[in-house]
Amino acid sequence: MPFRVTIANTGETFRCGEEANVLEAMEKARCKGIPVGCRNGGCGACKVRVTEGRYLKRKMSRGALSAEEEAQGCVLACKTYPQSDLNVNVLGRRLRAVTEHRGASFVFEFTTTAQVPQPDKET
Amino acid sequence: MALTGVLRPGHVAIRVLEMAPALKHYIDVLGLTEVARDKEGRVFLKAWDEHDHHSVVLREADEAGMDYMGWRVDSPATLKKLAADIEKSGLCTDLQWIPVGEHPKTGERFRFSIPTGHVMELFAEKEKLGNDCGVDGPNINPNPWPDGLHGIAPSRFDHCLLYGDDLDGTVRLFTQVLGFGIAEQVMTAADKKFMIGAFLSCSNKAHDVAFIRQPVKGKFHHASFELGSWEKVLRAADILSRTKTSLDIGPTRHGISRGETVYFFDPSGNRNEVFAGGYIYYPDKPTITWYDETLGPAIFYHDRQLNEAFLSVFT
Repeated sequence: MPFRVTIANTGETFRCGEEANVLEAMEKARCKGIPVGCRNGGCGACKVRVTEGRYLKRKMSRGALSAEEEAQGCVLACKTYPQSDLNVNVLGRRLRAVTEHRGASFVFEFTTTAQVPQPDKET
Repeated sequence: MALTGVLRPGHVAIRVLEMAPALKHYIDVLGLTEVARDKEGRVFLKAWDEHDHHSVVLREADEAGMDYMGWRVDSPATLKKLAADIEKSGLCTDLQWIPVGEHPKTGERFRFSIPTGHVMELFAEKEKLGNDCGVDGPNINPNPWPDGLHGIAPSRFDHCLLYGDDLDGTVRLFTQVLGFGIAEQVMTAADKKFMIGAFLSCSNKAHDVAFIRQPVKGKFHHASFELGSWEKVLRAADILSRTKTSLDIGPTRHGISRGETVYFFDPSGNRNEVFAGGYIYYPDKPTITWYDETLGPAIFYHDRQLNEAFLSVFT
């Protein structure tokens, strides 16, 4: 029986069976709350914190999810398989330091000093 | 020989999270051929029309991304000269010689870290395996393509696009020390001297490597493989759909390089491209300039805007 996944940031909910990962179930349900990147555990775009529920996870890139983050219940949605209903908060990596989404176009805001991208703060 | 010095991208070493699905992707879907494995579990592959022993190296690791990119130079003498030039330039760090045979059938390699944080290598010797087209012996009376092609079957590993911070230092290294030309560049409209993208050629190709300025070190945007025609790009996209491979964007056309393209991800989230077309680059060809305000059509000529993933998704 499919479980219910709720994205706290947007209030969207969708169904996800235990054989499907959270991100692919979200895409199939045409929800948009979790950013979609590589879908394969490498880029970190779909990083979420699970605030409620049980899940299984598969290997995720350490470049996208640190051991500390993982210990705090952060996962990549594309490698997360629900074992119960889940509540998630979106944390996905975005380069807000250099890009800003303005309507349909991106605006570069380059600086000459390097800034390391930080995970978005929880909202 | 008119083309001298650095000849071409010779190999790219990619980190994968799990080897079995990676091999399924790079062999069955992309269509490379496995040529060797070593005792550390690395797998060496080549595309069908490459003569050199291997061009893609896969290593299982906890983090996706690129370990290094290797460049074939024309001779051992050039290898020694360029190694000395790199050291003298002061632009690179972690200079070291990798001994003969550390890659199978490959001579010694000179390894260095460039200002954008990527690890590069130069090498002069790698055994020629050939392309299996010869009818009466290797390279004798060849057919246009060999039997047994599978998957997308690109002809060669062609180039990488890499993200890093000190673009100016890396461009200085490639142009002033390694002899590359700037085929195309992206500058900011506000400061027309401030470069945010460089497409560099050491050959007649529109690019052999490209860099985009991002506030990161040593990041990998994609490795690209060459196809002969737009129809083959369309066929590649058919194969990607059939195999449910994670698609990024395309098929479409790039403004930069004029190439026809489709982007997709390997099972570890590393982006691949297969492309066709482009133009012939010569060292005296005027550099093409784009500005950030037209970066949309520069990257994706039909949509005329960047998708969100282009700048923010990399390994």
